[in-house]
Amino acid sequence: MSTIQTQGTEEVQPEEVHPDVALVNRAREGDTAAYEKLVRQYDRQIFRIAQHITQNREDAEDVMQDAFLKAYEKLDQFQGNSKFYTWLVRIAVNESLMRLRKRRTGKMVSIDEDVETEEGSMPRDLADWSPDPEAQYGQSEMADILRKTIQGLPPGFRVVFVLRDVDGLSTEETAESLGLSIPAVKSRLLRARLQLRERLSRYFRKNGKDGAK
Amino acid sequence: MTCSEFLAQLDDLIDDHVTATMRADLEEHLSGCDHCVVTLSTTRKTIEIYRKHELYTLPDTMRERLQKAILDRCKKC
Ligand SMILES: [Zn+2]
Repeated sequence: MSTIQTQGTEEVQPEEVHPDVALVNRAREGDTAAYEKLVRQYDRQIFRIAQHITQNREDAEDVMQDAFLKAYEKLDQFQGNSKFYTWLVRIAVNESLMRLRKRRTGKMVSIDEDVETEEGSMPRDLADWSPDPEAQYGQSEMADILRKTIQGLPPGFRVVFVLRDVDGLSTEETAESLGLSIPAVKSRLLRARLQLRERLSRYFRKNGKDGAK
Repeated sequence: MTCSEFLAQLDDLIDDHVTATMRADLEEHLSGCDHCVVTLSTTRKTIEIYRKHELYTLPDTMRERLQKAILDRCKKC
């Protein structure tokens, strides 16, 4: 890529405006092509989050559609002091939880309910992993293991892990998009990471697959 | 430093959010504790593996269908 030439006053940019903001502004004025760009940019991630929460493919497809539609209808309410993506995730998380509640009628589902679990607060499986654990499994077998493992976590842990570690959101952005406090995000992230680690150890520890039986 | 104290700093260590003094303390604990060495390296590996594998892919045809459905409805808003 060639170097970006900056000249004159262009060099002095007091505040960097996120490119999404310009797209949102155009979309607000009815420019659907601008909104299409935002949809194309984030649809995969929104689908992934929805699928992680609902654990149901049809629900995740519906959530993705509804989240983008809701966001479009509410564009005027987007303040611009948070990222568009963070704001969009919040809408998608709420939609996902609504779907989940519909499926599990009568059962409370929430991201912020405190999950009382000691699991993972202290590592128990202390065997080291083989140097290249992925070499033991084929691509699709690996994906099955990873899906099965993360599905065993409470929804509030799963979504924190996905936003922070897979999507790369900051702690603050994760807190904002889930409506959680920063300490709550931090404590969930640690427990999510440790629980996943513990569960994956069964598959990846040295001397291989025997442990998983 | 105890293992529990080390664990309390694990995320900050992984995310590279520790001060130089704290890092030195953590490294000192690691030099004498194989358990925490394993916990650290396998937790890092856990994150790396989840980052690398897309667990829920959206096939292109489905993606286009959904995008079109969204935009068609937006245009009617
Ligand atoms: Zn230790």
